[in-house]
Amino acid sequence: MSELREELKEKIIEQLNLEDVAVADIADDDSLFGDGLGLDSIDALELIVMLDKDYGIKLSDPKEGRKIFESIGVMADYIAEHRTK
Amino acid sequence: MKKVYINSIGSISAQKTFENASFLETIADYNDTVLPAIDPVYKDYIPPAAARRMAKGIKMGVVASKIALAEANLENVDAVITGTGMGCVVDSEKFVSAIIDNNEEYLTPTSFIQSTHNTVGGQIALGLGCNGYNFTYVHASISFESALLDAKMQLETEEAENILVGGVDELGAHTVKIHRLINHIKPEAVTSKTVLNSKTSGAVFSEGANFFVLSNLRAAQTYAELLDVKMFNTLEIRTLSKAVLTFLQVNGLFISDVDLIILGNNGDVAYDTYYHELTDKVFAETPQATYKQLSGEFHTASSFGLWMASKIMKSQSVPEAAQLNTIQTSEVNTILLYNQYRGENHSLTLLRHVEV
Repeated sequence: MSELREELKEKIIEQLNLEDVAVADIADDDSLFGDGLGLDSIDALELIVMLDKDYGIKLSDPKEGRKIFESIGVMADYIAEHRTK
Repeated sequence: MKKVYINSIGSISAQKTFENASFLETIADYNDTVLPAIDPVYKDYIPPAAARRMAKGIKMGVVASKIALAEANLENVDAVITGTGMGCVVDSEKFVSAIIDNNEEYLTPTSFIQSTHNTVGGQIALGLGCNGYNFTYVHASISFESALLDAKMQLETEEAENILVGGVDELGAHTVKIHRLINHIKPEAVTSKTVLNSKTSGAVFSEGANFFVLSNLRAAQTYAELLDVKMFNTLEIRTLSKAVLTFLQVNGLFISDVDLIILGNNGDVAYDTYYHELTDKVFAETPQATYKQLSGEFHTASSFGLWMASKIMKSQSVPEAAQLNTIQTSEVNTILLYNQYRGENHSLTLLRHVEV
């Protein structure tokens, strides 16, 4: 699980081009949106595509994303449970 | 009609031009076929949260416009008018590549949103909170002049007081590859000092952003008066001299009134003949300067030409690296700029010195 969390942090930094953020700067329970990492709605769409492309998880209801993308920890748990690739 | 002045400038190019206090004092000499622009520290101008979605072209455009606005002591403008030949080509390449690589699936929004030609103008306006006229002209090597003419007409007729006008183009890896394939880029690396005499076809490609605050109000820092701009989509070499003379005549000028002609030679042996037609004949006795050996070629490189002309007009000196012939002038009161790319989309721009 910790490997998946590190992988997610690396992917988020790379895909969302978070130039000033390092893997070590993101705690597993940091909020990804709002006061935490400060991601926005466009980032949420990027993350939905990433779930589909890299883990075979299709989110039919974008509202689900709000809960799944709460933190790296929550995201990793969801992926571990639902991934098809 | 009101007169139109160039009140401030901002430039990012293959030379270190982003500091307005200096003027080509140190020349970056290259030996290459493609020249990336020299980056300022973008973080000094753009918040990291905004910058992370911006490709280089957007960053260059936003920063060049901020430099121009700061010099004009303005917080906002009445309009933002941009010229770009290829638009945000890096994000366009990214988006189209993703479509192909992922078999039309998994398309992410960011590169699509940022890939449109008017992204630079849009981002500048968003940053300023400018709700005024915002237009982007896309017309190959007269994209910038189209923007310039629009601004000039609006200022002359007092539809606006201050307009931010600029030209911006960025290098994209795939686009460069295509231009190499079709021999629009020189086959051999050449230095900045030798490119104009290289005797081969193609040009040295580059990128950059040059923005100007144009106004119908003269200010303490005014660089020059923009007298006239004219464009021709097609112009045969045998009619070029006549077209230039007519342009001068319309503005009440003769060849002898031109203190400096600034030309867009890029060292392409197939098309620099247009410039030679002027420099070897009607303007043979006129001081001559060129800029693409410094800026490289891109669709809006002529905006770098206007940047250089503005600097020359204000400083009353022509940098040695820009001089094409040895004829000197004691005063630079009138500058004529002429540019074309591959024999198409010609432009003439006329500047007059302003006492401030």
